[in-house]
Amino acid sequence: MQRIGVFVCHCGSNIAATVDVKKVVEMARMEPGVVFADDYQYMCSEAGQAKIGAAIKEHNLTGIVVCSCSPRMHETTFRSCAKRYGLNPYMVEIANIREHCSWIHKDMQEATEKAVILARAAIAKVNLNAPLQAGESRVTKRALVIGGGIAGIQTALDIADAGYEVDIVEKTPSIGGRMSQLDKTFPTLDCSACILTPKMVDAAGHEKIKIYTYSEVEKVSGFVGDFTVDIRKKARSVDATKCTGCGVCQEKCPSKKTPSEFNRGLGNRSAIYTPFAQAIPNVPVIDREACIKFKTGKCGVCEKVCQAGAIDYAQQDEIITEKYGAIVVATGFDTIKLDKYDEYAYNQSKDVITSLELERVMNAAGPTKGHLERLSDGKAPKEIVFIQCVGSRCADARGKGYCSKICCMYTAKHAMLIRDKYPDVNVTVFYIDVRTPGKNFDEFYRRAVEEYGVNYIKGQVGKVAPQPDGSLLVQAADLLDNRQIKMKADMVVLATAIEPDPSVRGIATMLTASIDTNNFLTEAHPKLRPVESPTAGVFLSGVCQGPKDIPETVAQAGAAAVKVIGLLAKDKLTTNPCTAKPDELLCNGCGNCAKVCPYGAITYEVRQINDHGIREERRLATVNNALCQGCGACTVTCPSGAMDLQGFSNRQLIAEVDAICR
Amino acid sequence: MSVNEEFRPKIVAFCCNWCSYAGADLAGSSRLAYPADVKIIRVPCSCRVNPMFILRAFEKGADGVILCGCHPGDCHYSTGNYYTRRRMTMLFSMLDFIGVENGRTRVEWVSAAEGVKFSTTMNDFVAKIRSLGKNVRLGDLRCKD
Repeated sequence: MQRIGVFVCHCGSNIAATVDVKKVVEMARMEPGVVFADDYQYMCSEAGQAKIGAAIKEHNLTGIVVCSCSPRMHETTFRSCAKRYGLNPYMVEIANIREHCSWIHKDMQEATEKAVILARAAIAKVNLNAPLQAGESRVTKRALVIGGGIAGIQTALDIADAGYEVDIVEKTPSIGGRMSQLDKTFPTLDCSACILTPKMVDAAGHEKIKIYTYSEVEKVSGFVGDFTVDIRKKARSVDATKCTGCGVCQEKCPSKKTPSEFNRGLGNRSAIYTPFAQAIPNVPVIDREACIKFKTGKCGVCEKVCQAGAIDYAQQDEIITEKYGAIVVATGFDTIKLDKYDEYAYNQSKDVITSLELERVMNAAGPTKGHLERLSDGKAPKEIVFIQCVGSRCADARGKGYCSKICCMYTAKHAMLIRDKYPDVNVTVFYIDVRTPGKNFDEFYRRAVEEYGVNYIKGQVGKVAPQPDGSLLVQAADLLDNRQIKMKADMVVLATAIEPDPSVRGIATMLTASIDTNNFLTEAHPKLRPVESPTAGVFLSGVCQGPKDIPETVAQAGAAAVKVIGLLAKDKLTTNPCTAKPDELLCNGCGNCAKVCPYGAITYEVRQINDHGIREERRLATVNNALCQGCGACTVTCPSGAMDLQGFSNRQLIAEVDAICR
Repeated sequence: MSVNEEFRPKIVAFCCNWCSYAGADLAGSSRLAYPADVKIIRVPCSCRVNPMFILRAFEKGADGVILCGCHPGDCHYSTGNYYTRRRMTMLFSMLDFIGVENGRTRVEWVSAAEGVKFSTTMNDFVAKIRSLGKNVRLGDLRCKD
């Protein structure tokens, strides 16, 4: 018989305001096995834990139930507390009377009754708990970073600087990501390339970093400390070991009509290309869809002009299998498609562009060589209108409910840069709210208004109509003056909402990392564990977790790196002891359990057993505790009921059902 | 059947640790109310729920049992919820056959980010059980004298 202690937490008023904790204590005392019950203001505090410790010693407790917040919050806290006071940590159960009770119910009597039942279920369970010993597993001291933008590069550099090997997998032909497409960055107006390219070079030259560009993660198996990942290295059709990066092939390539992804389709590129001049690696890729050689078999110009003999039309995709201890997702973002926003005439007029396209227009290496001009006729614009929140903070299904966070600041930047370089151009910004929380952000925005005379109007644009004379008629509401505005513009720039890169869905599925309704990856805890995914060993860096600007991305990348380093610094990890365990007297070696095990943790071996005095050899299921992750699929599939899950055994779960239905 | 306001059903909700239990936590921290009739049991994965547990609940007087897991394709253990889906399809049709109406059993996919869905699902399920009224308790013939 267990000797159980029950500890009911007030959580300040979070629990005590709705649940009569004294009543829960009183009812708990009447449950079988309970020898001690008490309540306290904050059980998780040092004093609260000391109280638990004292009770363990004084009453020789063999199991404890803490009625408090969610086990996802403090189960580890109370387990370590138990361990400190000499109790096996797996003799602790939590009754969740906060998230699942006090916070969602208003009626005190109802909430108290429920709390009593939840406590009763936990007590019934702990009565059947058995001490468990955590095993150990090894740690592969290498990290994988998926995505080679600023988030991925920074994470990789920080991990590598600590002395661990890191591989970066980037799906495009070069690392650099979105930041490489930007012209200047707020709030300092630094040149984006000037601060990014040195980091790209550092990453490429770092002895601990290996970069796989034009590559994608194809398969992930294993678990924290021991992931096995298949990386598909797509055929570049160029031998990277021979290529000197001279660029002659790109110059001579006769197929030059493919829209450049890097320039957001505003200019063309050749079929053999590097995305941009500072690309890393500086090895071109043949786009086989556009290449004449691949389409018709004739051409081969690049092969002829390549002095190094690096062109290899026969190159095949290669699958590389590597082991990693930790994986960081840094897949970044894209802007949303504007198909559903006909009112802004984005698809009708070349002079309506997104802000990311404007970055390319303003960039000296961009399609207009940095000259601000209309893309329809090359004329210099005199009147430019910026429209904020295109698809962001959108109540309907067309757009995104969230704020994209970066648009207010980059629009202030664009407006300021245009007014600085072209003082005769009028700039008008239509906004819902200007949001500038960040160091030196509001000062920056105020400079745009006060120093550069940018015209900010609070109101939404209803329609942008292309006019026969080539101009654009912008119809909007001025909410502060309560009037309708009609104005002519030469160019309209849309602050388009950002969304996670579409590739993140497949990656999340492979990693079994959870994702929210907007496809942003979910953190293990929104406040306390913001760079960890709920899946152990998977970390988050950059916009894949939520909209953020460059400084925040770099900060988060560093934080993710620290978590990875902390993991890789360990030689062994303690494994979850809640693994499957077969009863060898009941097992008949049928083979069903191995079929449903997603980890290949179950094998069969012939062993000598003693079945009530009868000694015989039987084929028995055997669980590899290092591989078993404790899902329990095998326990249900076992026809003889031989397989059970430690920590969530059949008897424990049935005891909970009984306690709830009593 | 008219909705019986007085009737307080006993409802057991099995929630997987990774998605639905976290979704229930989010419903809690977002203060999204649902009736206190729902009592949650945490399981590592929805595939840990043995049909026997559900039969046991009905035997012990539960009026409804709901099983929540990760969305198909998002299972923390890759494939667990697919087993759940198949097992429960069979179990629920069998339960319906022996007189436990289909409305009393449900499988729902709730992710860790879907606090709202958790709350609306539970509100909806409780309303359904209240409209069905008290369940006929299953008997365990093995234990009959």
